[in-house]
Amino acid sequence: MKTEPSSDRRHFLLSMARGIGLSAMGALVWSAYIGEVKAAPLVLRPPAALDEEDFIKTCIKCGLCVEACPYDTLILAKPGDNLPMGTPYFIPRSIPCHMCSDIPCVPVCPSGALKESSVTSTVSGKSILDINKSLMGLAVIDEESCIATWGIQCDACYRACPLMGKAITIEYSKNERTGKHAFLKPVVHSDQCTGCGMCEHSCVTQKAAIYILPRALAMGEVGDHYVKGWDKADEKRLEHAHIETTKTKLSEKSAVDSLNDEGGL
Amino acid sequence: MSMERRDFLKSAAAASAATAIGMAVPATVEAASTAVQSDWRWDKAACRFCGTGCGIMIATKDDRIVAVKGDPLAPVNRGLNCIKGYFTAKIMYGSDRLTQPLLRMNAAGEFDKKGKFAQVSWERAFDEMAIHMKKAMNELGPTGIAMFSSGQQTAIEGHAALKLMKAGLRTNNIDPNARLCMASAVTGFMNTFGIDEPSGCYDDIELTDAVFAWGSNMAEMHPILWSRVSDRKLSNPDKVKIVVLSTYRHRTMDLADIDIVFKPNTDLAMMNYIAREIVYNHPEAIDWDFINKNIIFATGPVDIGYGLREDIHHPKYKKSELDTAAKQRSKVLTADEGVSLAYLGYKAGDTLEMKNTANPNAHWQISFDEFKKGLAPYTLDYVANVAKGDPDESIESFKAKLQGMADLYIEKKRKCLSFWTMGFNQHTRGTWVNEQAYMIHFLVGKQSKPGSGAFSLTGQPSACGTAREVGTFSHRLPSDMVVTNPKHREISEGIWKLPAGTLNPKVGSHFIQIHRDLEDGKVKFAWVSVCNPYQDSGNAEHWIHAAREMDNFIVTSEAYPGISAKVSDLILPSSMIYEKWGAYGNAERRTQHWRQQVTPVGDSMSDLWQFIEISKRFTLKEVWGAKKIPGLEGGLPDVMPAAKAMGYKETDTLYDVLFANDRAKGFAWPDPVGKGYQNTEVAGDKRNVVGSDGKVFKGYGFFVQKYLWEEYRLFGAGHGHDYADFDTYHKVRGLKWPVIDGKETSWRFNAKYDPYAKKADHGAFAFYGHAFKEIPQGNLKGVTNKELVHLENKAKIFFRPYMEPTEVPDENYDIWLCTGRVLEHWHSGTMTMRVPELYRAVPEALCYIHPKDAEKRGVKRGDMVWVESRRGKVKAHVETRGRNTPPRGLVFVPWFDEKVFINKVCLDHTCPISKQIDHKKCAVKIYKA
Repeated sequence: MKTEPSSDRRHFLLSMARGIGLSAMGALVWSAYIGEVKAAPLVLRPPAALDEEDFIKTCIKCGLCVEACPYDTLILAKPGDNLPMGTPYFIPRSIPCHMCSDIPCVPVCPSGALKESSVTSTVSGKSILDINKSLMGLAVIDEESCIATWGIQCDACYRACPLMGKAITIEYSKNERTGKHAFLKPVVHSDQCTGCGMCEHSCVTQKAAIYILPRALAMGEVGDHYVKGWDKADEKRLEHAHIETTKTKLSEKSAVDSLNDEGGL
Repeated sequence: MSMERRDFLKSAAAASAATAIGMAVPATVEAASTAVQSDWRWDKAACRFCGTGCGIMIATKDDRIVAVKGDPLAPVNRGLNCIKGYFTAKIMYGSDRLTQPLLRMNAAGEFDKKGKFAQVSWERAFDEMAIHMKKAMNELGPTGIAMFSSGQQTAIEGHAALKLMKAGLRTNNIDPNARLCMASAVTGFMNTFGIDEPSGCYDDIELTDAVFAWGSNMAEMHPILWSRVSDRKLSNPDKVKIVVLSTYRHRTMDLADIDIVFKPNTDLAMMNYIAREIVYNHPEAIDWDFINKNIIFATGPVDIGYGLREDIHHPKYKKSELDTAAKQRSKVLTADEGVSLAYLGYKAGDTLEMKNTANPNAHWQISFDEFKKGLAPYTLDYVANVAKGDPDESIESFKAKLQGMADLYIEKKRKCLSFWTMGFNQHTRGTWVNEQAYMIHFLVGKQSKPGSGAFSLTGQPSACGTAREVGTFSHRLPSDMVVTNPKHREISEGIWKLPAGTLNPKVGSHFIQIHRDLEDGKVKFAWVSVCNPYQDSGNAEHWIHAAREMDNFIVTSEAYPGISAKVSDLILPSSMIYEKWGAYGNAERRTQHWRQQVTPVGDSMSDLWQFIEISKRFTLKEVWGAKKIPGLEGGLPDVMPAAKAMGYKETDTLYDVLFANDRAKGFAWPDPVGKGYQNTEVAGDKRNVVGSDGKVFKGYGFFVQKYLWEEYRLFGAGHGHDYADFDTYHKVRGLKWPVIDGKETSWRFNAKYDPYAKKADHGAFAFYGHAFKEIPQGNLKGVTNKELVHLENKAKIFFRPYMEPTEVPDENYDIWLCTGRVLEHWHSGTMTMRVPELYRAVPEALCYIHPKDAEKRGVKRGDMVWVESRRGKVKAHVETRGRNTPPRGLVFVPWFDEKVFINKVCLDHTCPISKQIDHKKCAVKIYKA
């Protein structure tokens, strides 16, 4: 955890540019890495970040969120990182997000690239910051590399998880090979996981068997036209349920046109 | 400005100067890995870590350990490990491994306590040791020296250390760190059964219908056993019940059907509640056949203090410590104690004078009616109010849980298995609460049967196999014998071929007492061997000052630079577990042996070698003359005449007598059991270490480890402590003693499974232990008839009352501190904190605190706080979430982290009977740092 005071990023950058007459140089700097300005699919952003497309449009690369993080989790993308330069991100295996309850990185964002309302809850009529609502990413487990699936008693990720018992739970199952031990396998629950990466950081394998991916990459989507009849809570799907008119190759043409087309008989 | 920004601009500037179209990263050509090497050797061993005693196999290649696997043939774990065992291959190769002896010296190369550590030769190291040992012994007698011994030492080394200290140097000041871990379990066993160690075995797990984890966080501390408990639960989730009790919520409660959070010490009350439920409300559940044949009832004094210093005004106490210190003399009884001690005529507000601190274990037989009378106050109402530990839990909820737990024990057909570890043992009434566990199981006839029993779980890998069975305690000899018993001394002197009168009959200093003796100048030489007393003992500032400031000489045998090494005067680089032949005994009495797998690192040599080499520096003339022993009238006799009559000479050294005698030399090397394996102590090794005589060490020439094992076996053979021969253990995956005719014993005291019980011809059960089987008679208040009853083949149910802890939160120190461990790290972390993966997973000890308690103190998660007691303070980061969630009113701090030296804060109170320190409860205050 660091204790340095914050300073004004933008002013420094501007004054430096002025100082060495670098508006042209600035153009050189940016254009050299034109490929890195586009949205990066694999990056993990600070809590409350807008969707990546919007984020890189909105983030002014001021670095205040980086300054505010007490764990030095956030870093600014440098040229060569293959990420939009100057934008904040983190690498959980190095330093994960510690899920501070007062989320110091978000309120200081001047541009709204970190949207405070997305990590705010209303409790007893009051608005409070709620880090558990953040969606930085999703933990996924490569079962073949997870030694808990071997029967090794690990669960370091489970014990490291700030939402232990909610975002990661333990699934017990019989180890038929030994006949008298249980597997204690970690299971991630996407409705709770914030993608903080404490799990990835604590994983004891050489390359983490549990790791954070951006949610857009990690998750599928079921669709809302079918509700699980045995699960009352699943009726929530109906909130967004809507059936579009369907079109396939078969129904491309209008009914009359296809009926009048005698080809293929 | 921050580094991130500066770095960014620097690299931007650099990049703009370069041609920027696509950075050409030269492809690194990875050397194609060659075919898998086939010259690895696998060999079996026991895991280095906890008392579960998993079997592992070690893969060595080019004289280096490269991998481990769980041993698929080991019955305990069948090829599985926890993540500590998983990393066993890495523990010996930390970059700061100690490789050379180190001595504090001044510029002139002389020993100087104020000097810095610098390398010396082994010869110099032993020279200094001998000088200081003899100086202390000449000034103070044999009690002037001491050894902090270990439950992690091998049984062979333990036997060697025992011989050196007791048979050779005639001091009883050898005591293991197992004193801080299992002593209360031991005294519980000795008082109840007359013999140490559990009656059952791990197979009970697969057979039981209910598991009770009292003061045991099995999920983190015995993970493979927890895996077996989990499997048992899975096999019949509705039928099999799990009850977990603790002073804070931990991961073992994940599987609990009943989870009980209670106030420190109130386990005593809850036990009596269960007993009262049985006796008063469900007398039909009492197994009277069993009780009448096998059990008597007993009780003892309560005014036994808290194991603190007898001198409550001791000059080394800080002023802030004095109020707690005074409790050793007397204590004002609380309202709850007014009820629990009313049977002795006390009431709330009375002052309890501690008259029995010198004789805390006196006990006598009482009638069943007296026992029943003692239980009377422990109603559900009283106990629930005394014990409920979570202020945010309703009393109704808590009562329902207590009732539910009692019902499970009472249910006739339900087999019950109770486990406990430090919650019961590190307890100022630890002996009592251990006895109470047996009380419950005895009452309902659920002991020493497959699937049913009270099972004391051992924490360390060989607290059983070494400390307890070999007897490296201040009062013990091998096989449950004790120094105070003349017959036991005679037997031991016979086996060790010592002249009569060699062994010191006066109990020596226990672990904490050794610390206090150093502080008092009564001990001036201490040898730390396979333990870390300066990190693991409460009230640590006292002991560190004594080590650093006083006129003494502290030697630490270590593998890594831990805290004990740091406060020492001489450090001996010690070989680690698989760098030597060894043996461990786990919690279910399973003894496991292994061979040396690799050459030790650097110039490190085994503890065994160190004990043997120092023995060469003492002649019989120096140690077997008459010696003064404080408190022993007449002291130790001069046994030289008797020694000469046996054929010994004054000039013989302890090496000649204890380690290189005729019996020892009869064990030749090479030996078929060692074919293909090294043995540094016996034959030297390729390093050609220059040894204690300034010459290259080429080995003793005879199979010293086998000798020490075979001689040690003689103590227990025929006395309920039988072991197999040395060679057998190298073929099998351990055997549970007693091993009779090659067969191990799974359930002791049960005539169906235990040859000794069968031989006793006492019916279905025979509790054939011998200790404390002759006691007077009396009632709840005291002895009324001094005539001794003889309790052959019987065990005892004790009535013990509830008593409050020594130091409870008050307005100043307003919150409980409990300490403990985490799965990822072993003990003081000297090994596991050097494994990068384990260090990354858990790099620091945190202060686990309830979020409301944090808020009340103006701190939040991640803040640094002081954890401060009357004795000292340490800083730790606050954790309000995570693996442990204490109730309001208690914080938990694990002790594996040198940087969060929590034992500075803990109190050195002990169970007065067992002398085991209580690290589980003291009063602290928490505030922002």
